[in-house]
Amino acid sequence: MALQRIARQVIPVALLASLLGGAIYATRGARLEPADFVFNNGTEVQTLDPATVTGVPEGRAIRMLFEGLLVSHPETLEPLPGVAERWEVSDDGLEYTFHLRHDALWSNGDQVTSADFMWSFERFLDPQTAAEYAYMLWYVEGAEAFTTEVEDGRAVHGFDTVGITAPDEYTLRFRLKAPTPFFLELMAFYPMFPVNRRNIEEAQERFPDRWQQQWLRPENIVCNGPYVVEFRRVNDRIRFVKNPSYWDADNVAFETVDALAVESYTTALNLYLTGECHWIDVPPANVIQELMPREDFNPIPYLGTYFYRVNVTKPPLNDPLVRRALSLTIPRKDICEKVTKAGQVPAYALVPPGLAGYTNANMPHGASYEADVAEAKRLMAEAGYGPGGKTFPTIEIHYNTADAHMQIALVIADAWSKYLGINAKLLNQEWKVYLDTQSNVGYDVSRSAWIGDYADPNNFVDLFVTGGENNKTGWGNADYDRLVRDAAAELDPAKRMAMLQAAEAILVDELPVLPIYNYVTQTTFSPRLGGYFPNVKDEHFPKFWYWMDEEELAAKRAGHMGRDDMQAVEAWGPKAGLYPPAHPKGRARVSNEGPPLNEAPPLNEAPPLNEEGGD
Amino acid sequence: MLRFLARRFLWFVITISTVMTVSFFLMHSVKGGPFDGERKLDPVIEANIKARYHLDWPLWRQYLQYVGPFNLDDQRALAAFDEEGGFSLWRSEGAEGEPTRAFGGVLTGDFGPSFRYKDFTVNDILEESLPISALLGVLSMMFAVALGVSAGIASALRPGSGIDLTLRIAATGGIALPNFVIASFLVILFVFLIPLLPVAGWGTIQHMLLPGFCLGLVFAAYIARLTRTGMLETLSADYIRTAHAKGLAPRTVVMRHALKGGLLPVVSYLGPATAGILTGSLVIEKIFFIPGTGSHFINAATNRDYTLAMGVTILFTVLVYTLNTVVDMAYTLLDPRIKLEDE
Repeated sequence: MALQRIARQVIPVALLASLLGGAIYATRGARLEPADFVFNNGTEVQTLDPATVTGVPEGRAIRMLFEGLLVSHPETLEPLPGVAERWEVSDDGLEYTFHLRHDALWSNGDQVTSADFMWSFERFLDPQTAAEYAYMLWYVEGAEAFTTEVEDGRAVHGFDTVGITAPDEYTLRFRLKAPTPFFLELMAFYPMFPVNRRNIEEAQERFPDRWQQQWLRPENIVCNGPYVVEFRRVNDRIRFVKNPSYWDADNVAFETVDALAVESYTTALNLYLTGECHWIDVPPANVIQELMPREDFNPIPYLGTYFYRVNVTKPPLNDPLVRRALSLTIPRKDICEKVTKAGQVPAYALVPPGLAGYTNANMPHGASYEADVAEAKRLMAEAGYGPGGKTFPTIEIHYNTADAHMQIALVIADAWSKYLGINAKLLNQEWKVYLDTQSNVGYDVSRSAWIGDYADPNNFVDLFVTGGENNKTGWGNADYDRLVRDAAAELDPAKRMAMLQAAEAILVDELPVLPIYNYVTQTTFSPRLGGYFPNVKDEHFPKFWYWMDEEELAAKRAGHMGRDDMQAVEAWGPKAGLYPPAHPKGRARVSNEGPPLNEAPPLNEAPPLNEEGGD
Repeated sequence: MLRFLARRFLWFVITISTVMTVSFFLMHSVKGGPFDGERKLDPVIEANIKARYHLDWPLWRQYLQYVGPFNLDDQRALAAFDEEGGFSLWRSEGAEGEPTRAFGGVLTGDFGPSFRYKDFTVNDILEESLPISALLGVLSMMFAVALGVSAGIASALRPGSGIDLTLRIAATGGIALPNFVIASFLVILFVFLIPLLPVAGWGTIQHMLLPGFCLGLVFAAYIARLTRTGMLETLSADYIRTAHAKGLAPRTVVMRHALKGGLLPVVSYLGPATAGILTGSLVIEKIFFIPGTGSHFINAATNRDYTLAMGVTILFTVLVYTLNTVVDMAYTLLDPRIKLEDE
């Protein structure tokens, strides 16, 4: 058959040719010049639109691209001038006035004016935008009503009912509902960053169907931050290049930065260990102990608490005595020292320690775990359980499927069974199912965590008001609600903190949540990286980053190397350093034509690892 | 041949629509939605997000909208007069007067916006990741066939010998060892102990060696076993004895006569194997940080990214179906006794 004979000769050739063609197509442009700085962002970002996201990886990417009224100090997180060069707060703490700098530009050359901020805040608060973080701006007068009072999903009030005004092109004024001590901190928070109106409106015109994706495309997006997007590859990287229009571009050191989307902790660590990545946010749990002495791993307290929610609507867990007994029996110290191992701190309160002006209300506990266990046994007997009393029904510890959560749950279940005779089973669910179960309070005891968005106890205490969306325990207490409400309207900061503390005291007395430990940051970064500091919010600010030269690195090491427990490691990055043009050491580089910006980290000529370790 | 293709195409339509329908409703019946997070949303915000992606519609309507070709957006009419009195078919306006599309959905080749990666459409994501997965798959398949077939022939020529035994043990090992174990071992060996290759990433030939090897190894092992069995059977056939009797060189007998018949089981295995390489590449993609389609297959489901999960499922169905058809056609090329029309 002729057809078959032809097919026999043509098909294999055609197949091979198409495979080859496909291969060339797939790898086109895949070979990249290494970026000056590469960090792992942990996953693919959901979007680059500052208004509509809530995640940590998104925040990192957005801080590369946009800048709000204020920025935070990379170490202390105190507010520093951003687009606003100065600001005033009225004596009653209700009115904030920001004066915008005149030299702030968008990457398309337009000036950044108060009108940009007005439009962006309106867009952010508009219920149609559906910004998940809209409530962060509800401290402004009229903002909550503007977002939440809707008809057919659209705002019923005009934006003029919201207390944000622009008296002139370079002034922006906020009128708040109540004094909000962390308002300046909020203004440095990425959802408050402006977007370019022309950028979005042009996309809407040109791509009526797909503008929601199109305005954020690298070729369309307009930014006002230190970097712009060069390209994006889903599940691979975002390549950022320095934004020459940025007002402070002279203080930005890196020309190119890559944000990788490596999800596997082990792979991220491997990339770091081979110098292909210079900062990873979480190393694999099983190597934490080896990392601890290294100079590039410095866990510090992080604004987050790991705790168990208790379903208080269901006997026997509706009895506060039982909850207290359960809480006292949790071997917090063992969990921190033998399970999590990165220096986590046992927690007896919901609010993480170390917030300025706030003293935690801790759950009452004894000097030792043994004393706590004895007290717990007494409480159980008082509640009518144990020898001679009722038998305690089997309860379930509910957690989302993850090894770390399982190990902690095992330790706790074991302690409950050993000391209180409670039979606790483990129940793991896939993430979304777990969230569903938790919101419907369909569990007995459920693993939870909360990371603060801003450094104020209100951020945590606010969760457990009666009927709150994030309460998820069925617990409610009128006194607690009143204290939280009154604190929000209190003018005197000291009194306000005292009220929040009183509220927390009620919470740790009734224990609808069992605090377990406070988080620590786990970022691991090249010792050569300057302008980068571990901090309590684990937030990092690209405009400050640079590479130290050998001299500065040696000075830095002299500062911490006196300690026996500190082990010097290979410092990835160019040995000559990479300083911003405004830095004295940066000028030399600029005067040279063709600076070696893309020099790969030296792989083989690095010093032996332990050369300087210990003395 | 044409009748065969027509019949295959009919079944293709039935298969695709079944897969699409079942997975759509399965996907939506799983607990938890794409926009559930640790932080509960304000009810107004949540309602508006859902409305944007039509998740507030009844499921049947979401399904029709997804499949297409007609766009079921609100205020749509079969035909409409615009304000100036002009008449337009399937082109009407949304609530704010902005034009909306008349056609959409899978039938027009539009898989919709990704619910998770909001800056991309599903088409964007698939266009970007599929060539990468395909290249990785092709490389490892070529490697698997080359290694597997040679090992299989070597075994079959001297059954029971030391070579045969060694190769069979190696093949069993290749099947038994999961590819992530092999991957970890190779990373330690070729990245950390002997720094030859990059540890992960995508872009150059060096980046493809380790993942291609790990992904192909298990298939090479299967192919080696299939080749051995097929060759043993063919080598004892009458026409091979005839070929020997004619005085042909043993090499010619094996390569020209025996191999064609002996490879039939391998060819039939290639269809499912290719499917396995595509869907099974997710572990390798994760370990070696390769932005392919495999990882979307799982991630989209866990993220409840309905459109992306559906897109990947449909894409894989099409690929598997097409590849199986190609394999069936390849049969006739290898063995003239098989005719497609007889099916």
